[in-house]
Amino acid sequence: MSHAATADPAIPAGSASPLSRRRPLGDRSFQILALSAGLLVLVILVLIAVSMTQQSTTWFTTEGWSGVFSTDWDPAHNKFGAVPFIYGTLVTSAIAIIIAFPVSVGISLLLTEVVPRRWSRPIVYVIDLLAVVPSVVWGLWGILVLAPWLQTIYQDIASGLTGVPVLSTFFGGTGISGASFFTAGLILAVMITPIVTSLSREVIATVPAIDREGAYALGATRWEMIRGAVWPHSQAGVIGALLLGLGRAMGETIAAALVIGSSPTITTHLFTTGYSMPAVIANQFGEATVGVFRAALIGMGVLLFVLTIIINLSARAIVGRSVRRSRGA
Amino acid sequence: MMAAISEHQTVDLREPSGWRRTKNQIATVGMWIAFVVMLVPLGFVLVTVIAKGASAITWQFLTNTTIPVNVLPVTFGGIGAAIVGTLETTGFAALIAIPLGVLGGIYINEYGGNHVLARVINFFADVMTGVPSIIMGLFIFTIWVLHFGYSGLAGSFALACLMLPIIIRSTYEMLRLVPDSLREGSYALGATKARVTVTVVLPAAIGGIVSGALLAVARAAGETAPLIFTILTTQSLNSNLFSGANTALPLLIFQNAQQPYTGAQARAWGAALTLIAIAFILMIIARLVTARFARYAR
Repeated sequence: MSHAATADPAIPAGSASPLSRRRPLGDRSFQILALSAGLLVLVILVLIAVSMTQQSTTWFTTEGWSGVFSTDWDPAHNKFGAVPFIYGTLVTSAIAIIIAFPVSVGISLLLTEVVPRRWSRPIVYVIDLLAVVPSVVWGLWGILVLAPWLQTIYQDIASGLTGVPVLSTFFGGTGISGASFFTAGLILAVMITPIVTSLSREVIATVPAIDREGAYALGATRWEMIRGAVWPHSQAGVIGALLLGLGRAMGETIAAALVIGSSPTITTHLFTTGYSMPAVIANQFGEATVGVFRAALIGMGVLLFVLTIIINLSARAIVGRSVRRSRGA
Repeated sequence: MMAAISEHQTVDLREPSGWRRTKNQIATVGMWIAFVVMLVPLGFVLVTVIAKGASAITWQFLTNTTIPVNVLPVTFGGIGAAIVGTLETTGFAALIAIPLGVLGGIYINEYGGNHVLARVINFFADVMTGVPSIIMGLFIFTIWVLHFGYSGLAGSFALACLMLPIIIRSTYEMLRLVPDSLREGSYALGATKARVTVTVVLPAAIGGIVSGALLAVARAAGETAPLIFTILTTQSLNSNLFSGANTALPLLIFQNAQQPYTGAQARAWGAALTLIAIAFILMIIARLVTARFARYAR
């Protein structure tokens, strides 16, 4: 029977009777309507890939691989190299992940292991508030309030670190600016914390109570219980949650566009101005009326799309597997 | 010697001692610090936006529909055009995305079963929630704006693309909570599947579905990136959603944040407070709906 149901999707899984073959027209059209709404997701994803690739082909054909993956971005002289933007995207999202990881894991452990349930609700509400603040508001605050304040701090750090071997390559240098790689990374970290927290919390909540109780019964402290029972169990899922956060950080446009400083440079100095892929698309699209310029910006959109899809696919696979495994156990 | 003995006698084996206990306390303090680290920027942003925004907001600021040039102080003109633009584009996007999203969720949970297709759609809806919003803007630009020009409608399409997977996922999660006994009872009465879904299953899950949809709308209302490529921008009211460049609160904030003029920046803060207020109102309504109508909680 189940075989027959899979063979003919017009028969709903719930109705075993052959009468269902003569279902009223309204019933069948509702199912078709629902199916097409679901298929729309796949259609949109395919259309995104096809239409954007089409619009960006002139970038690849005129510049070639060496032009696309060069460090030279100079629209006035028809140089459209994407490397500074790829670099900026990777650097800022790496900073965001490094900061967001301890914060979100800390909060999710706090919510699942420390505070009583009736306290954890208000904390979750507060985290949700963080997610409701629009990215443009983070950008506005970042550029008008945070960046000027950070500039003096950056300068103090940089002058304190002159001559220190490794640290000065990252936190030193000249041309220190409040709007920089690091500021963008900070803002991105704040913006991805809610999603990473809520996903890690979901994963950590699947740790079986028996594992926790077992650890406590052996005399473990709460921290030892977390290290011994919770962490091994939820490690993979938390990494998946972080990957999802990474995808969000890479695609975050407006906040990054406002606080990254908008200069396509590749440098190890994190306190200087940089640029990222979504930021350059948003900032320069208005000027990009010439064919190749626009194609280059859309092409960077394609790169971003492919990157985030890959990251999301692997993150979902990791999170899904770890949640399934612990539920099945 | 005596002290050592008496200490030995008072040792409670249930209590970890020394370094282990300290480590535990350090870890607990660390978790609270993580929470505070997150609270600081949130509090900072809200206080700044409220303080700076409140001083900009007047009745005229909210209702005047001519956005003045950047050099003029905030007492000239107003952001009415951007508020209308935001409400129109987001509202129309909701009109497109909510029915489609709910239908998609219904397909996955009610019709899909364990079908490969349903699982594929479910998985890719999940993946699509992670596609950056800027991509949706570029997508609508290539597929719509290049042929039909900039308009509020194009912006609505981009926002709808953004909302669709979120609504599908939240609808699916809510429908999953409806007990099968409800469905079976209705089938036993001879109802068709469509009727069961529309008159029994959907009403049972309506609280969660509405609240999920409102949260998606709140998120879309604050999005800037999809609008840059679709509605362009304008300084005066364009109440016609279907043709001509339009404007919206996030776009106004984005442009004014880059201006050196205090008037423009004040307008950005005022618009930011308005935008946050709209998003928060939607979120609070969502919570109230959940509290009032949700029959099956997670």
